[in-house]
Amino acid sequence: MFQNIGEILILFWRTLQALPQVWRERQKVFAQLFDIGNASLLMVCVLSFFIGGVLALQTGPVLVERGISSVLGGMIGLSMCKELAPVMIAILTAGRIGSAMSAEIGSMRVYEEIDALRTLNIDPVRYLVLPRMVAIALAVPVLVLFSIPVGWMGGALVCEFNRKIAVGFHSYFENLREVVELGDVLNGLFKSFVFALTIGIISCHQGLSTRGGPRGIGRSVTKAVVNSIVLILILDYFLTRFLLYIKK
Amino acid sequence: MSASPPHPESVGVEVRDLRKNFGWLKVLQGVSFQVRPGELFVIMGPSGSGKSVLLKHIIGLMTPDSGEILIEGEPIQDSGVRDKYRMAMVFQSGALLTSLTVGENVGLYLSEHQLKPPNEIAAIVARALETVGLKGLEERSPGELSGGMQKRVAIARALVVEPQLVLFDEPTSELDPLMAVTIGEEIVKLNKNTGATSIVVTHDRDLAFAIAGRVAMINEGRIILIGTPEQVRRSADPRVQKFIGAELATPKTN
Repeated sequence: MFQNIGEILILFWRTLQALPQVWRERQKVFAQLFDIGNASLLMVCVLSFFIGGVLALQTGPVLVERGISSVLGGMIGLSMCKELAPVMIAILTAGRIGSAMSAEIGSMRVYEEIDALRTLNIDPVRYLVLPRMVAIALAVPVLVLFSIPVGWMGGALVCEFNRKIAVGFHSYFENLREVVELGDVLNGLFKSFVFALTIGIISCHQGLSTRGGPRGIGRSVTKAVVNSIVLILILDYFLTRFLLYIKK
Repeated sequence: MSASPPHPESVGVEVRDLRKNFGWLKVLQGVSFQVRPGELFVIMGPSGSGKSVLLKHIIGLMTPDSGEILIEGEPIQDSGVRDKYRMAMVFQSGALLTSLTVGENVGLYLSEHQLKPPNEIAAIVARALETVGLKGLEERSPGELSGGMQKRVAIARALVVEPQLVLFDEPTSELDPLMAVTIGEEIVKLNKNTGATSIVVTHDRDLAFAIAGRVAMINEGRIILIGTPEQVRRSADPRVQKFIGAELATPKTN
């Protein structure tokens, strides 16, 4: 495990060192961005809409019973932008994008394409890892930016049309506006940026460490997804503590 | 076949007491030999004798447990040696990047190192593909090509580097005899035209004897003989004779 952590940190450092060459790799970054957006945007919207909806459905009746249904907008608003959107989108990205990254790089490793790059004196970190890292670090916060308002809308619709809740759009969004600040949205975007880097570096590292044939690729993909999700949830706790600490 | 005249830019290679283990498996057990600049040197031996591992050490893809590889007297693992000398390798599988077209694969070295403008790269790629008999296939995907064509694309990719040292890993494996002859001719042509030092590993006896200036016979991770094809043919070593004389002897059915 410690060897893996060390390798991941070294890979991250080498990616940072390659960062000044990102303009040269811009076409690969755009291609990756397109792939990530294309693969995830619709899924992000559907997922966020239903997360917002189920949040309203679970909490709405309880708050109505206690006569504090007016706080629903703010509660769903904060939950979406500070926790649910960044964490759920990161998990979705680990499953859809992280797995694809580790499978692609892993297959290049197994079929000697990475060795071929090295014999041509082309650095695989610059050629393969850098564009993917930059693209995922840009794309995930943008996806979260889509996710947050869609989740709010999902919550608003359930609050409006569910008979047990019956909180109107106006009251919902008025409370949301009162409670949610720009800092809360930025808080979620920062978290998603850190999660994106985590998914990217773990997936690329797993891809580059692939050994064996198709079975090895399968193992790498599983490890990339599982390790990313576990690390996202652990990091979420520490990032939340850190963000609460600096807000004081 | 006579050795090619040394090219002013071609490089000499020296392998000194190279050893490599994978766990308990001793793959290379003290391999030493020298390759002269411009020479076409063939390392021949049965499957699993350590040929491909040796080749990957020579180009710096693997690090030995002990021993060293010197390119013009400089250890390959030293920083800057890979930048200083132009080297290329033609992999057994071709190792073409499947996400790129044939043309992009061939021009990869030039485009990634920004050595030429795009229109010049296109012209060089077209010439390289024509040299290996694959004119006009720039836009095809590697997956659409046969094994032999993929290997020729890999040779074209090596040509574009204008290598001082070029390595071929089992260039005729999985090919029919006609294609194997074509690939053999391409290797000789590349060696003659560019003067690049060429190291070929193969278990194909016909290829080795047809193209080599000198042949090294490797067996169980050790070099057991180095000589001209004629010297290898005449060797009295039973291991050499067993390998070069192996033939399928099955009773004929009526």
